Amino acid sequence: MSKVLIVAEHLDGKLNASTAKCVTAAQALSPEAIDIVVLAANPAAVAAEAAQIDGVARVLTVTDEANAQAVAQVLAPQVAKLADGYSHVFGPSTTFGKDLMPCVAALLGVPQVSDVMSVEGSHTFKRPIYAGNAIITVEAPADSTVVATVRTASWSEAGKGGSAPVEAADVQAELPTHSRFIGLAAGSSDRPDLQSAKRVVSGGRGLGSEENFKIIYDFADKIGAAVGASRAAVDAGYVPNEMQVGQTGKIIAPELYIAVGISGAIQHLTGIKDAGTIVAINKDADAAIFEIADIGLAGDLFKVLPELENALG
Amino acid sequence: MKILVGYKRVVDYNVRIQVKPDGSGVVTDGVKLSANPFDEIALEEALRLRDKGIATEVVVATIAPADAQAHLRNGLAMGANRAIHVVTDAGQEIQPLTAARTFLKLIEKEQPDLVILGKQAIDDDANQTGQMLATIWGRPQATFASKLEVADGKATVTREVDAGLETLEVDLPAVVTTDLRLNEPRFIKLPDIMKAKSKPLEAIPFADLGVEAGKGLKTTAYAPPPKRSKGVMVKDAAELVAALKQKGLL
Ligand SMILES: Cc1cc2nc3c(=O)[nH]c(=O)nc-3n(C[C@H](O)[C@H](O)[C@H](O)COP(=O)(O)OP(=O)(O)OC[C@H]3O[C@@H](n4cnc5c(N)ncnc54)[C@H](O)[C@@H]3O)c2cc1C
Ligand SMILES: Nc1ncnc2c1ncn2[C@@H]1O[C@H](COP(=O)(O)O)[C@@H](O)[C@H]1O
Repeated sequence: MSKVLIVAEHLDGKLNASTAKCVTAAQALSPEAIDIVVLAANPAAVAAEAAQIDGVARVLTVTDEANAQAVAQVLAPQVAKLADGYSHVFGPSTTFGKDLMPCVAALLGVPQVSDVMSVEGSHTFKRPIYAGNAIITVEAPADSTVVATVRTASWSEAGKGGSAPVEAADVQAELPTHSRFIGLAAGSSDRPDLQSAKRVVSGGRGLGSEENFKIIYDFADKIGAAVGASRAAVDAGYVPNEMQVGQTGKIIAPELYIAVGISGAIQHLTGIKDAGTIVAINKDADAAIFEIADIGLAGDLFKVLPELENALG
Repeated sequence: MKILVGYKRVVDYNVRIQVKPDGSGVVTDGVKLSANPFDEIALEEALRLRDKGIATEVVVATIAPADAQAHLRNGLAMGANRAIHVVTDAGQEIQPLTAARTFLKLIEKEQPDLVILGKQAIDDDANQTGQMLATIWGRPQATFASKLEVADGKATVTREVDAGLETLEVDLPAVVTTDLRLNEPRFIKLPDIMKAKSKPLEAIPFADLGVEAGKGLKTTAYAPPPKRSKGVMVKDAAELVAALKQKGLL
């Protein structure tokens, strides 16, 4: 029987939605137990949130000032120590999990399965390669711990009706001092979070400037959507990097995705393949984005967006 | 200061990869191969550190079959001082943990002060090798770098994380992995291609390095991704709103 340890992702005392998605992926293993570990300076609030996730058996906390920030080389030895007794160790395939989990795998001397899209068996998973142009089935070695990152866009969040016990874990691991967290410049926004929003409006190079991007924000606010962007828009400095959607940005799965002034490069499409409905607005009727859009509108965005706002009343 | 750069050859990012009809793999015959985009950025960053006088030597390394020599010559033409070719058997698969263990052998030999790898290879999209290497080397890692400053035995790295931009300071030697916005790689000029021909390129058979063999992942099937069917075109904003309302999305 499988026993799964999930590494909680959190920031500023709040649990990230990616953790509840890892729980759903872990449930697909029909395991004997799913535990979550919270590594933090003050884990209590995050642990309390984690304890509510349905299907969680225990929440373990590791309290250490060194865990105030998620520095992968500091967290990894602690997670590796805790991995003893678990058949699987999962983390999300967010930048947090991508940074940390390979270190855990290396400490355990096992390969890592990146971006798990589906669970086919206790050691068999599907994952994307070549920017999602091929899906492979991989088998992890039968007799070793499975370390994996969970592709968050492929899984929904587990429900929040649980009440798992919270236990302090005692981890005797030697922590390195060679890495120092200096700071995080986070974009402050009252808009919904790009990775968990039900609606997302993204702008591309077609917007033409940082000032013009306002038209995207206004429209997004009107429909309560999060705002994303193509790499070209980020590179051109219209918007900050954390808004990038795609192979090397965020992989998202909103119910509604509206791409505005985005051509539909394959690296962008990789990030939105799991969206429910894709809408494209582009003045070039031959743009690649129309090949995959559920609803397309060929037209000038500077004309169409105000019209849309009007039509919404 | 010496910098070791990972320089992997992959299917060019412009190629639309197709899965073979029998599901045994992807079509790579006759497909254009190029340097992994993140590794070009890694090499560019190393060259810039040398241009600034911070680094003295830039060594590119690849783990690949014998026919990857021309690829390494490109790295030399871009400006690397030397190249190391860890030669594998044709068809031999090198997974991230093995790549990391191989790089560790090269580190033991070369004693670099900084190792720069790409954040991910765009064929396997694993995003693991740099992190695994830092771990088994027992040195710091700074992944997904969009800015790198090196001074006084330390690297200050701006990292592209989901929440924004994180700054991490690490002691050298360390492993840094590159994100796309770190720099824009220079183009190779014709005279440089000529010059590269006489630069040192060391070939080491993979088997000679004594890399610990570990169990890897076994790929049992390849499939094309589920297709999204082509949708409908609407003629104006009013029709779009109506269509979205009908689907219950607005
Ligand atoms: C390794 C690698 C990784 C990458 N990762 C990503 C990634 O994660 N995400 C990503 O997005 N890209 C990524 N890219 C870049 C990608 O290849 C494209 O360059 C990028 O997505 C293009 O962005 P765009 O569609 O905004 O710009 P363009 O391709 O320039 O398209 C702009 C579009 O706007 C339309 N337009 C212009 N004016 C108007 C108007 N007034 N009204 C309506 N439409 C208008 C044009 O018709 C055009 O279709 C990556 C590339 C590489 C090599
Ligand atoms: N066979 C290889 N040869 C050279 N560099 C490699 C090789 N495999 C991985 N790397 C380096 O490790 C990075 C991440 O690869 P991956 O973990 O496979 O996504 C790449 O961008 C390269 O810099």
